[in-house]
Amino acid sequence: MTLTRRSMLKAGVAAAALPLLGSKAFAQSEPLKVGFVLIGTVNDNGWNFGHSEGAKYMKAELGDLVAEPTIVENVPEGPDCERVLRELAQSGHKLIFATSFGYGDYVIKVAQQFPDVKFEHATGYQRSDNVATYNARFYEGRAVCGTVAGHMSKTGKAGYIGSFPIPEVVMGINAFVLAARKINPEFTITPVYISTWNDPAKEADAARAMIDQGIDIVAQHTDGPAALQVVEERGAVGGFGQGADMSAFAPNAQLTSIIDHWGPTYVESAQAVIDGTWASADRWPGLKEGEVQIGPYGPTVPEDVAAAAEAVKNGQIDGSLHIFTGPINDHTGVERVAAGVTLTDAELLSMDWYVEGVIPPA
Amino acid sequence: MTSELIIAIIVTVVGASTPILIAALGELVVEKSGVLNLGVEGMMLVGAITAFVVLFTTGNHYLAILCAAGAGVATSLIFGFLTLSLSANQTATGLALTIFGTGFSALAGQGYSARPVTLMGPLFPADLAAHPIWRVLFGYSALVYFSFAMVIGVWWFLKKTRAGLILRAVGENDLSAHSIGYSVVGVRYAAVAFGGAMAGIAGACFPLLLTPQWAERMTAGRGWIAVALVVFASWRPFRLLAGAYLFGLVMTMELYAKASGGPLSVIPAELWAAMPYLATVVVLVLISLRRDASSNAPACLGRPFLPTN
Repeated sequence: MTLTRRSMLKAGVAAAALPLLGSKAFAQSEPLKVGFVLIGTVNDNGWNFGHSEGAKYMKAELGDLVAEPTIVENVPEGPDCERVLRELAQSGHKLIFATSFGYGDYVIKVAQQFPDVKFEHATGYQRSDNVATYNARFYEGRAVCGTVAGHMSKTGKAGYIGSFPIPEVVMGINAFVLAARKINPEFTITPVYISTWNDPAKEADAARAMIDQGIDIVAQHTDGPAALQVVEERGAVGGFGQGADMSAFAPNAQLTSIIDHWGPTYVESAQAVIDGTWASADRWPGLKEGEVQIGPYGPTVPEDVAAAAEAVKNGQIDGSLHIFTGPINDHTGVERVAAGVTLTDAELLSMDWYVEGVIPPA
Repeated sequence: MTSELIIAIIVTVVGASTPILIAALGELVVEKSGVLNLGVEGMMLVGAITAFVVLFTTGNHYLAILCAAGAGVATSLIFGFLTLSLSANQTATGLALTIFGTGFSALAGQGYSARPVTLMGPLFPADLAAHPIWRVLFGYSALVYFSFAMVIGVWWFLKKTRAGLILRAVGENDLSAHSIGYSVVGVRYAAVAFGGAMAGIAGACFPLLLTPQWAERMTAGRGWIAVALVVFASWRPFRLLAGAYLFGLVMTMELYAKASGGPLSVIPAELWAAMPYLATVVVLVLISLRRDASSNAPACLGRPFLPTN
């Protein structure tokens, strides 16, 4: 037999490299090459889908000014990410979006080696001359969802499936319960962290664990519709689409959804790089700018509840409402924000405490 | 804890354990024949996407399971051809099979991600299946009962049948089996194909039993747990059953403890999360203390069969 172990290994390495090659566009140097690094797959109907839609939007808006965007999927938050970032920079990409929190350290490291390449890190907090950060004010959307939950929940108990207790997730939980407790002061929320962004079976089991223990609203911060499907199957009060409208998976259970619309941000950044006006900054648009959108309300949501939710949405758009305005107590009942004071963006982005109503993880 | 909650937990544990159990039973037979196939995760993903596409197209759950098994067999035969006919390294080929299965399922699943399907309903009539107490025994889909039947079936096959004896002989001493006229490669092909069918069905459990959708990499590492369980169970079907349910229990209890926000938190969620690893350490220590258990590993495991050498 001529197939040796060595040739097998070579074939294996080649096979492993294939997915990378497939997604790269080796275009000429004229149009701006923009790279996107994703933690999961563009087919997740959630977070990553939102970013790929944003990339498409950018290409459609800017036409020949940009090359077909390079999207690298399934990049773990670890050393592998550094390799992918470096390869993108070396292959002529002048603008690279790293779209998961855990990429932060690697973005900073690679950016130092490629000073002429602009990097933008979603949901991050570390910046340098050629590293900007950007995010969306998802907490504004979560305040709308929390309002619906406060009205609709029969048990007054919600669960929240999160990946990791990072500020982005903690902030969402807090905004949700703050809004819900304006309706029902006894409302509680139990976060369940599952230590992964993409394990649908585990998300579904987490939803089962919640519903079996009297929780009737399941919100999630993970990327797919698995939890919503369980809510639908079990006939609990409801849940919320995350990142995209998920009503196809839960026509009755989806009360409403938070839709990510990254497109305008990507157009703005790419245009700035083309014009040579790009500068490191931290951008954080929300409902007002249309980067965060609220999907249609589900069939079980009464009109007055939808109207109350719309009022919360519009209040945040016109600036009359900021969900993180005091008085706010933490989960032990100690006042953390005085009446009339609003948390600053910096305080929100480093949020590491739960508000009253959150039953903290053991 | 109320009895209702206990029953609800048991139902969830059964769901979480079933795919691991089915995949591990297949791998156990493969390893008993002396072949180490690390491609379980890849074959499961191929089974999962096949089951999803068939279910989405035809709406028939049993046909979906059947096709998933067939797809698992087809994928495993790639491994079989490389390692048995061409004597390629089994470890490397198995890893390559997982990479292949992951990529292939993602490719085949393009366009199927925003499509919901329906879960497989319970096997027994609703009077029993939805009964608050009896659902703990009768509330499951056919896949769950299949997994229990296969535990007994695999045990019976390996211990009580002539064919099982031959398969074990091939795994323990391939040259001897060859010298008395058994087709080592033929037996191993059959075992690998069986393992592929079981991995395919285990993959089908994901869209049919757990979460009625297709998501890339939706098996999320459970194929590797299945491979580890075979060692954990020292190649014994009933220990495999216990091991799969132990893993299912700790995976589930972690979530129930976290979601309880108090009452169930006597044991912290972190401890539940650490439990599979603690259990593995304890079992490995016990195995090394009892010498007979470690000697249960098939002697020819992972070695290519090269009679001309």
